[in-house]
Amino acid sequence: MSAEKIMILGVNHKTAPVEIRERLAFSGDPGTPYRELKVIPGCEEFCFLSTCNRVEVIFVTSTPEETERTIRNFLFNNSMSYGEAGKYVYLHQGEAAIQHLFRVGASLDSMIVGEPQILGQLKQAYRDATEQQATGMILNRLMHKGFSVAKRIRTETEIGSSAVSISYAAVELAKKIFGNLKNKIAMLVGAGEMAELAAQHLMTQGVAEVVVANRTFERAVNLARCFNGKPVALEELIPQLEHVDIMISSTGSPDLILHSKDVKPLMRQRRNRPLFLIDIAVPRDLDPKLNDLENVYLYGIDDLNNIVDINKAERDKEAVRAERIVTEETLKFMLWLGSMEVTPTIVAIREKADEIRKAELEKTLPNLGNLSDKERMSIEKMTSAMMNKILHNPIVYLKQNDSHRDTKVKLVMIRKLFKLDNSE
Amino acid sequence: MGYLLFQITLFAYILATGGYIVYFWTQRKDVRTTARWILIGSGVLHTLYLIVRYIEAGHTPLTNHHEAVSFFAWSVTWGYLSFHWRYNVRNFGSFVSPLITGLMLIATFSSREIMPLPPALKSAWLPVHASIAIMANGFLALAFCGGIMYLLQERELKKKRFNGMFFTRLPSLEALDSLNSHCLAVGFPLLTLGIITGSIWAKQTWGAYWQWDPKETWSLITWFLYAALLHQRFTVGWRGRRAAIMAIIGFSAALFTLWGVTYLLGGIHSYVG
Repeated sequence: MSAEKIMILGVNHKTAPVEIRERLAFSGDPGTPYRELKVIPGCEEFCFLSTCNRVEVIFVTSTPEETERTIRNFLFNNSMSYGEAGKYVYLHQGEAAIQHLFRVGASLDSMIVGEPQILGQLKQAYRDATEQQATGMILNRLMHKGFSVAKRIRTETEIGSSAVSISYAAVELAKKIFGNLKNKIAMLVGAGEMAELAAQHLMTQGVAEVVVANRTFERAVNLARCFNGKPVALEELIPQLEHVDIMISSTGSPDLILHSKDVKPLMRQRRNRPLFLIDIAVPRDLDPKLNDLENVYLYGIDDLNNIVDINKAERDKEAVRAERIVTEETLKFMLWLGSMEVTPTIVAIREKADEIRKAELEKTLPNLGNLSDKERMSIEKMTSAMMNKILHNPIVYLKQNDSHRDTKVKLVMIRKLFKLDNSE
Repeated sequence: MGYLLFQITLFAYILATGGYIVYFWTQRKDVRTTARWILIGSGVLHTLYLIVRYIEAGHTPLTNHHEAVSFFAWSVTWGYLSFHWRYNVRNFGSFVSPLITGLMLIATFSSREIMPLPPALKSAWLPVHASIAIMANGFLALAFCGGIMYLLQERELKKKRFNGMFFTRLPSLEALDSLNSHCLAVGFPLLTLGIITGSIWAKQTWGAYWQWDPKETWSLITWFLYAALLHQRFTVGWRGRRAAIMAIIGFSAALFTLWGVTYLLGGIHSYVG
C-alpha cells in the first residue's frame, strides 16, 4: 500500500484567521459533509473533522490531484477560487499526513498545545465517519493508531499538564482585570469542553458563583449541577449580565448572541463594574465591537492564543519529546502500510506458519528417540508439505486479480485470520 | 549642615529611583527590597532635613518654593510608604519614585535662602494650613501615578498586547482602581481641610474668608474636580478609565494651583511657591 494515497486537507488557526474559519465551520447537521464528500469520485475513505480551530478532511485516494481539488472546492463552498483558498489551506500527503494526524490527536498542533479536547473531537469525528461508512481499512487503522499515539504521549510526557491552559489563559486575563476572583460571578453560555474547563478553572480560583445558560434548559440544569451553579435560560442572558462579571460563550449559534447595543445600557446598571467576556465559539458569539465599550473587555480564541504563546517555553520542552514519539509511531505506521501489499502479506503468512512448524518440530523430535538423518528429513519434508498445502488456497485467493477495493478487503481479512498484526 | 543633609537625601532618592527602575526592568525581588529600604532611608533623612531646616529658619519651613516642593516630595514619599504598609500594588514604586526625584530636583534648583517671615504669615495656622494643603497634594500625586498605571494597563488589555512591557508588570485594573479611590479617600478630605483652614486663616489675617485670589480660585477648581469625581463614583459608579483620567486632570489642576498660579497669575499667595 502506497502511503502517498493518504492525504489531509485542512485549515487551522495557524493558516486561516477566524473570519475564514467560521465560513468553513459546518455547524448544522453533521451528516451534510459526509453526504457531500461521499459522492466525490476517487475519495475512497475519508473522515471529516471540524472544531473551533480547524476543519480537516482526512482522505484516501488513488487520484490525489483531482480529489483534492474537488474537496477544496467543497470546503470553501466555492466562496473563493481554488487558488485563493490555497493561501489558507495546508495539504499533507503520505508520511507527512500520517504525522500530521498523530500530531493533531496528541494536541501538538492545537492552538493551546496539550489541551485535551481535540482527542475527543477526533474520536467523535471518527465515530461519525464509521457510522456513515466513510472509513475503510487504512483510515480505521490510522485513526485507531492516532488515538493510541495520543494516549501514549499523554502518559509519557508532561504535555497534558498544560491541559487546562485555555482556562489558564482565561484566568490569567481575569486576574489582570479583577485581581482577585473571589466574589465574582462567572457565566457559561453554551457548552463545550473548552468552555467547561475554563469555568472549572475559574471555580478553583474561587469565583463566588457560576451561572449556566443554555439553549436547552435541561442541559443548563445538568451543567449547572457540575459547577454547583445556577441554570438559566438563554433568553435571560442579557438581564443576567447585570450581575455577572465574567462570561464565557461557546454556543453553536450561527449568529452573534450578544451585541454591543445590548450591553451598553447595562453598564450603567452595573455601575460600570468591569465585564470580562470570552468568546471561544466559531462562528463568533459576541459582537467584536463590545471591546470598544468602556470597562468591557472582550477576548476571542485568537487572543487567548497570544497569552498561551508567552507561557510556551516550558511546554516546548515536553513537545519535543512528544514529537519524537510521533516520529517513531509514524515510522511504525509506514512499515505497516508497506506490509499492506499482497507480496509482503504472503511472506508474512509463510513466515508465521514456518515458525509454528519449527517450534512444534523442536518439541516433538527429541521424544522420538534415535532417528536417522533420513527419517528426520522425511518428517521435515512432511510438515513442510502440510503447511504448503494448507496455505495454498488462501494464497491463491489472495493473489487473484480483483478490483482495488476487493484486494484491500481480502488483505484485511487474511491478515486478521492469521493475526499478522500483533498490536490491537 | 542643612544643605549637606539635603544633598544626601537627594542622592538617596536618586539611588532608590534607580533601584525601582532596575526592578521594573528585571523584576528581581532582591533589587526591589534594596530599593524599598533605600527609599525608607531617604524618607527618614528627608524628615531629619525638615527638622534641621525648622531649627535653622526658626519657623515652619514652608514659606518659599524650595521648602514647599521639598515638603511635597516628602509627603509623596511617606504617603507611598504608608500605603505600602497596607496595599501591595505591584511596581507602584517604579512610577512614584521618579516623581519624588523630579520634585526633589525642582527643590534643588530653587533658592534655598532663608528669608525672614513676612508678618502676614506669623500665625499658628501656617504649619497647619500649609502642611495639610501640601500633604493633600502628596496623596493626589499618588492617585495620579495610579491613574497613569491604570491607563497603561487598560491600553494593554484593550489592545490585547500581552507581551508588552506593562501587561505582566502592572497590577490588575481593579487593584489600580481601588488605589485611586484609597488615595482620594485620604487626599480629598485633606484638600478640603486645607481649604477650610486657609479660609479661617484668611479671615483672621485679611478679614474675609474668601477673596477670590487666584490661588484660592484654583484650589477651589481643583476641589470641584475631585468632588465631581467622588460624587460620580458614589452615585453612578464612575470608575476605571474615567476615574483615572479625572485623577490625572485633577492633579494637573493641583500642580497649576501650586506653580501656575504663582508664576502666571500672581496674587496675594505668591510668597509661597
